[in-house]
Amino acid sequence: MGDPADRAQDRSRWFTRITHPLLMPLLALLTAFAVGAVIMLLSGENPLAAYAGLLQGAFGSLGAISRTLRTATPFILTGLSVAFAFKAGLFNIGASGQYLMGTAASVAVGVSLEGLPVYLHLPLALLAGLAGGALWGAIPGLLKVWRGAHEVITTIMLNYIASLFVSWLIYAGGTEGQQPGPLSDPVAAARGISQTKEVLPTAILPEFFPRVFTDVHWGLVVALVAALIVWWILRKSTFGFEVRTVGENLNAARYAGIRVNWTIVLTMAIAGGLAGLAGTVETLGLYHRYAPEFTGSSGFEGITVALLGGTQPFGVVLSSVFMGALYGGAAKMQFDAGVRSEIIQVVQALVLILVAAPEIVRVIYRIRSRHADEDTAGTKLATGWGG
Amino acid sequence: MAAPTTTAAGTSRVKRTTRWVSWALIVVVAVLAILAETTPLGDGALGILMGKGVLRYTLRAAVPLIFGALSGILCERSGIINIGIEGMMLAGAFGAFVVKAFTGGLPLPLSLFLATLSAILVGAAMGYLHALLSIRFRMNQIISGTALIVLATGLSTYLFNPDWLSRGKFADFAIPLLSRIPVFGEILFTNGFLTYLALAMVFVLQFLLFRSRWGLRTRAIGEHPRAADTMGINVNRWRYINTTLGGALAALGGAFLVLEAVGQFKEGMTAGRGFISLAAMIFGNWNPLGALGASTLFGYAQALQNQLLLSGVTRVPRFFISMLPYVTTIVVLVGVVGRTRAPAAEGEVYETE
Repeated sequence: MGDPADRAQDRSRWFTRITHPLLMPLLALLTAFAVGAVIMLLSGENPLAAYAGLLQGAFGSLGAISRTLRTATPFILTGLSVAFAFKAGLFNIGASGQYLMGTAASVAVGVSLEGLPVYLHLPLALLAGLAGGALWGAIPGLLKVWRGAHEVITTIMLNYIASLFVSWLIYAGGTEGQQPGPLSDPVAAARGISQTKEVLPTAILPEFFPRVFTDVHWGLVVALVAALIVWWILRKSTFGFEVRTVGENLNAARYAGIRVNWTIVLTMAIAGGLAGLAGTVETLGLYHRYAPEFTGSSGFEGITVALLGGTQPFGVVLSSVFMGALYGGAAKMQFDAGVRSEIIQVVQALVLILVAAPEIVRVIYRIRSRHADEDTAGTKLATGWGG
Repeated sequence: MAAPTTTAAGTSRVKRTTRWVSWALIVVVAVLAILAETTPLGDGALGILMGKGVLRYTLRAAVPLIFGALSGILCERSGIINIGIEGMMLAGAFGAFVVKAFTGGLPLPLSLFLATLSAILVGAAMGYLHALLSIRFRMNQIISGTALIVLATGLSTYLFNPDWLSRGKFADFAIPLLSRIPVFGEILFTNGFLTYLALAMVFVLQFLLFRSRWGLRTRAIGEHPRAADTMGINVNRWRYINTTLGGALAALGGAFLVLEAVGQFKEGMTAGRGFISLAAMIFGNWNPLGALGASTLFGYAQALQNQLLLSGVTRVPRFFISMLPYVTTIVVLVGVVGRTRAPAAEGEVYETE
């Protein structure tokens, strides 16, 4: 470092002089797209045409921008869910199950309670979705503090259980005397289609500036408000302080008299609630019913969004718009360039790797790290099984 | 992690109890299986619960879990957490499928051999990548594993072509003499190659891990890397090697799905088996023999689910029956954690001073 020749060389590398917080994520994205291009080349596709189609499909028209925002909406909420759990050192890969349970709860309220005015019905349906996700999220939290069962395995198992449970709720009924599920729509069931009834008009989240955008709904506003609330909880409230302390040093938190178990359960419940809300706004705002093909999230997007956004609420919003563009533009890319939209998932995995291991980006672009322990991706996850 | 609190005497008592319970369970299952096959009891509930059909299915369902759990053991005993088993398994399944589909013109045994080899190589590459990310680039190992799953899912879906066909599978072959044992010969000794391989690997690894120099090194770098380093063991080198081998093992679980069980590749066909393997690893207390027992239990949950659905004896909606393997995993995990002990230095980056 002290060597003058070294320093002169450093000055010539302009990258090293930039310390903007956006630099590392942007370089990670750039690299991910470059590697994605190589994979496309190897599989005989034209990456330039693909990326042009992607850009067009994401931002090329008002319709494309609408699609990006619409796709970004649930990502904001699942991203917040994962990011919030991260703060307490918990890894929530159960967002997809919580999303489904939230969806189911909100639809259950949305299709019933006829005659209720909109100012009661809509909030009730939203709250039901929040509660459904929160309950489903609280389970792995409870299992963790009660018996030390690691949330990575329990949340994944609960994803499968939720998926089966919701499939039962909407099941059209079978030929061998299998009863239809409680939420199944009798009209569709008569044709053998498993789906719920449409939610009542009083429980529908209205569109957001319908003359400008298409199919962008007030769920976007719900998501942005949720980001604000999460920011407030984490930064300004005592509970947020406790969450961060638990995440940074469990023993210190115990010593300081923080009720660690309670914090963990509540954190998982909030994370679950946020993911449940993602399913809720997607259903009440966009699909207006639940059918199996509407499973918007695998839960892994939330992890990418959370890490790309540095686990900060506003970072999550930004990275959700990016992911929304990626997934929203994918269809146009497939249509224009004939490249299968699944390549997006590959790019997503590369983004995840490069964001979580900034050291790789530093090596590629020869950036010196300022601090030795900068490479923890802003989070401290538990490293063991807690057994 | 705190230092182990169990005393030597306590540990051996737990070990003795475990051994006693295991043998008792084996005897009970064996007696019930014989009763189900030889007496009229087998026509009723006992036939569903312990018949030859369900026991054979148990073993088939257990094989990928065994490979997965062994993969986890290899990585975690040397101090690397491997959440990515699911991804390695899926990559292995895809690797096996592609080569199998493209070598369809070759004689079946050769084609199967090449496909298995391909799975091993793909899995080893995934394992190496995991080691590289967690050791060289100090990435959080849980996130690295997750990234591997997303990568394997994305790549296998992107590259998959439903027109590719894989023809032929590993056929069952009866081991002479042993397969003649009534009831059990048919269950245990009339299987495909990868099933035998899985069972053999359990005993090989159990022996190597606790009786060989490599095993001692592996356990040392997972428990106390600093001490191991002082003894002249190259901690990170062995972590690279074991994680790479672990990737290959997990991939064999995927190869089993394509080459011996299903015969085709389906997108996302591992369906959570990688994670159930992790639970089997924990339940088996990071021992290969324990993992075998745990995998068999989880395999049984899956077989029972299948049997209940087929027999139609219960009026419970099929969705709830299908939850059985996942619920069993949670119940077992909740019941067992705290009684087992993970390698002490797991998940921590080791840097020489």
